[in-house]
Amino acid sequence: MVLVLAIGDLHIPQRASDLPAKFKTMLVPGKIQHTICTGNLCIKEVYDYLKSVCPDLHVTHGEYDEDARYPETKTLTIGQFKLGLCHGHQVVPWGDLDSLAMLQRQLDVDILVTGHTHQFKAYKHEGGVVINPGSATGAYSSITYDVNPSFVLMDIDGLRVIVYVYEMIDGEVKVDKIDFKKTTNTHSAR
Amino acid sequence: MIDAGAEDEEKWLAEGIAGIQHNAFFMHRALDSNNLKDALKFSAQMLSELRTSRLSPHKYYELYMRAFDELRKVEMFFKEETKRGCSVIDLYELVQHAGNILPRLYLLCTVGSVYIKSKEAPSKDVLKDLVEMCRGIQHPVRGLFLRSYLSQISRDQLLEIGLQDEGDAENVNDAVEFVLQNFTEMNKLWVRMQHQGPAREREKREKERSELRDLVGKNLHVLSQIDGVDLDMYKDIVLPRVLEQIVNCKDELAQYYLMDCIIQVFPDEYHLQTLETLLGACPQLQPTVDIKTVLSQLMDRLSNYAASSPEVLPEFLQVEAFAKLSNAIGKVIEANADMPVVGAITLYVSLLTFTLRVHPDRLDYVDQVLGACVRKLSGKAKLEDSRATKQIVALLSAPLEKYNDIVTALNLSNYPRVMDHLDNATNKVMAVVIIQSIMKNATCISTSDKVEALFELIKGLIKDVDGSAEDELDEEDFKEEQNSVARLIHMLYNDDPEEMLQIICTVRKHILLGGPKRLPFTVPSLAFSALKLVRRLQGQDGDVASEEEPATPKKIFQILHQIIEALSSVPSPELALRLYLQCAEAANDCDLEPVAYEFFTQAFILYEEEVADSKAQVTAIHLIIGTLQRMNIFGVENRDTLTHKATGYSAKLLKKPDQCRAVYACSHLFWVEDQDGIKDGERVLLCLKRALRIANAAQQMANVTRGSSGPVTLFVEILNKYLYFFEKGNPQITTAAIQGLIELITTEMQSENATTDPAADAFFASTLRYIQLQKEKGGTIGEKYEPIKV
Repeated sequence: MVLVLAIGDLHIPQRASDLPAKFKTMLVPGKIQHTICTGNLCIKEVYDYLKSVCPDLHVTHGEYDEDARYPETKTLTIGQFKLGLCHGHQVVPWGDLDSLAMLQRQLDVDILVTGHTHQFKAYKHEGGVVINPGSATGAYSSITYDVNPSFVLMDIDGLRVIVYVYEMIDGEVKVDKIDFKKTTNTHSAR
Repeated sequence: MIDAGAEDEEKWLAEGIAGIQHNAFFMHRALDSNNLKDALKFSAQMLSELRTSRLSPHKYYELYMRAFDELRKVEMFFKEETKRGCSVIDLYELVQHAGNILPRLYLLCTVGSVYIKSKEAPSKDVLKDLVEMCRGIQHPVRGLFLRSYLSQISRDQLLEIGLQDEGDAENVNDAVEFVLQNFTEMNKLWVRMQHQGPAREREKREKERSELRDLVGKNLHVLSQIDGVDLDMYKDIVLPRVLEQIVNCKDELAQYYLMDCIIQVFPDEYHLQTLETLLGACPQLQPTVDIKTVLSQLMDRLSNYAASSPEVLPEFLQVEAFAKLSNAIGKVIEANADMPVVGAITLYVSLLTFTLRVHPDRLDYVDQVLGACVRKLSGKAKLEDSRATKQIVALLSAPLEKYNDIVTALNLSNYPRVMDHLDNATNKVMAVVIIQSIMKNATCISTSDKVEALFELIKGLIKDVDGSAEDELDEEDFKEEQNSVARLIHMLYNDDPEEMLQIICTVRKHILLGGPKRLPFTVPSLAFSALKLVRRLQGQDGDVASEEEPATPKKIFQILHQIIEALSSVPSPELALRLYLQCAEAANDCDLEPVAYEFFTQAFILYEEEVADSKAQVTAIHLIIGTLQRMNIFGVENRDTLTHKATGYSAKLLKKPDQCRAVYACSHLFWVEDQDGIKDGERVLLCLKRALRIANAAQQMANVTRGSSGPVTLFVEILNKYLYFFEKGNPQITTAAIQGLIELITTEMQSENATTDPAADAFFASTLRYIQLQKEKGGTIGEKYEPIKV
């Protein structure tokens, strides 16, 4: 069992002053094995904070990130799953599932994690999963109105991944759970 | 010289110890054989060693301790003698035959202690007798130790008196009287030490004296432990008498030490009730006495006392502790005009700590203390003493910590005036502390007046303060400071749009003074704060708003325009471009076509004139396309102009693959999936064909430069776009075209000089797998895909 934190679009300090305090108390060091961050942190302090929560941190480049060294896309393998990471502003139309599916095929991944829309999403799509962890600070977005702060924890166990969504609604943290099973033939079709 | 003296002293001490041991030996023998006469003789001889005046107090103390241990045995012996029938009165007479006065008095005290315990005479008489007789020794060191001995052996009895004869005030009075008298005499001896011997050794003597201070202080300790000394007695007898001695002795060391001693040994409750008397003594002390430390100690103790239990707070109010302390401090500072600033401020810090603990509700007290501090600092420029600066920071931090709420501090009129006296660097540190306090407590600053006051406090971060313009700035520190300001802007909020607009205007006024280095940090935060307000107003139709300063999206867009323009002239074109696009989309949502068009125009101008870096261009073009794709208010003409420009920019990117990707992304500008969306299949196809041509050109370039064809990824990407629009029902995208692309890619991949690229292979494979899946789905989709062969 491996816990993977997916988080992004914090937009500190340009759109939000900090993570919700309740999130901070939940994200304690030592529990999470990997963190994947879609980008728009935007500053070093936030990077350092995420690094303190989990040292294995993977970040892709958001359009407001001050650090230009983050890559546009990144793939990594965790257990039996191949994960793809991208901020998403490069994929037009923004947040469009069919366009993201193309990126998923391009990166050839089971789970694609993108951000940019500030709206939490998790779809099962073409035998894979497309996830958007939303904005961890509930930052303003031109795309999504009434953004609730959210992040995603993925519990990867064998061929199964349970996606927990933590969403802050009216000051309370609400948790949702979505279960996915990988169909083993995904990569052996041809 | 000094070493020789020290050596001599060691020798004298050794001799003295040897003398004590020698006589003690015979004394023990006499004690063992119950030979009273010999015991007295040898103990007197032993005690004669204490008559020396050659030892320093330190060494004398060593000698004294040896003799003291032996005297315990003598005391035991006397006790047993009385049990054996020897009258204690006889003993008392008998020891007086010792030849020398010092041994005689030591023995007398020893018997005296037994005498009191035997209760054969009133302890009062014995003690009085002893304390009087001790006057016989006027040599300071010898006298001090003798009296110290007296105090030590009588201590238990004195404490017992307090316990036993509760209610018997007379006995308690006598005990107190005895200790006070002993204390007075000891202090006189102690002070006199200073005046003996050559003036050049003054410093050394002062040090030696300091080592003896606890002998004197011990008496105050005993007083504090006598049970019968209640508040009344403390107030009426003990404190006045002790203070009288302190004031009259006119000795700096004694005054400082004893004042401190009073504060430390007696209960806080007593201090509170006698505050006036205690503080009244302060101005009477020698000018060189460090009164500020004494007062600080007192206030710290009282603060802790107040914090210990809420029940004691009424007492503080009743005695008007704050007014008294404040008054006393004022007098002390006034009287010591040349007191260093740090001293005065330390006093104010203590007073502030006191009032925050005791009177948390009295903001006026806090402001009063700060005001007094400002007066002390006035006329002086920035502080340069680092210790004083540290104290000011403590002074300013205390209210923040106490109230956890900057809004409270904003009401303190003297707060910014104190800050003005900090040097620029510390001023900034303090400003950061203020911001952190706001963050930590999630304080919302909700009116423009308060925002104004806050910016006054943190102005050191907001703009270059004169003189500080370019003193070596640490890049990291600067970034951190400015980021904290950027965070702060999100804490300035009001639910009421009108007030929120006022807040935004206030912030704008201040941050625009920040200069080119600060704007990139502050403008984006303010812009998003303003965009949030636009979003809020968007729901309510603002057209019927009143005349004077209505908060309308239009008005806010003007502000946005102004601040982003300032940002672009920094120059910070990439950031400005992103913000313009955000505004354009917000204007779109507000149905303000001309405004949206203007923002786009600004973004395009920046793109054309300022964004030169090719990587930055790629990101910018994707943002332009992504935003433009979402716009739905533009009329045909405006839309054409903008899409035309965007496609043009795309085709002019430096690298072919970037060109290709941007151009196929532009296809989405002509196909928007919503109710009245644009569906221009022909222009979509044109974009895709253009992308194909660019991909071909890229391929050929790779052939020429590297001798091998480039990766086929671009073709697979375009194939995917074909599939996308094919599925969306664009009639221009035919199965034949798709089939052609698939074959093209297959051929390319199999060609001899193809570079193998596992990523492209996997991409192609998963695309084909996708087509296969769609075919297998059946229904309309399956039918659609039916003709395509994979």
